[in-house]
Amino acid sequence: MILCKVIGNVVSTQKHTHYEGEKILIVQPIDAQGKAAGKSLLAIDRAQAGVGDRVLVNDEGNSARLIIGNSQAAIRTVIVGIVDAVDVYAAER
Amino acid sequence: MKLGRVTGSVVATQKDPSFEGVKILLLQPLDENLKPQGDAIAACDVVQAGVGDLVFFEGGREAALALENAFNPSDATIIGIVDAMEVRP
Repeated sequence: MILCKVIGNVVSTQKHTHYEGEKILIVQPIDAQGKAAGKSLLAIDRAQAGVGDRVLVNDEGNSARLIIGNSQAAIRTVIVGIVDAVDVYAAER
Repeated sequence: MKLGRVTGSVVATQKDPSFEGVKILLLQPLDENLKPQGDAIAACDVVQAGVGDLVFFEGGREAALALENAFNPSDATIIGIVDAMEVRP
């Protein structure tokens, strides 16, 4: 999973049947400090996230198909949680 | 999934049999600010997208799974046409 921030949403009526009824958000991968870390992605929202939320994003096909419950779904990127807090402990030297 | 702009179409009669009846379009991947990102690619289309449409597409195994016959060599398939989008970085 990757840590992301929701930066937008996409509305689409003409789309693949696997995506029917799914809400699509635009997510920007971030590091623990909240700095942008990589290219933005479109993701299916399964955590009722909104723009501005910090979220957990599953970006791997097999687990996405397990979450969606369809072993043939053409889906890979799914928002699976909303992050409340991130704590990073500096490695003890 | 990524955003893209359909910039043209590709016609091929001699191709892998699993691509029979599959429309192929020329696609320029875009970032969230609709700026071109990376090179243009050829992508299969399953949502009747046309040149100029803002679309989103999937790559990898999901590109193949998006076609009727899931056993095909597609590595990019257009899976939706964008009606509206909003970005607040």
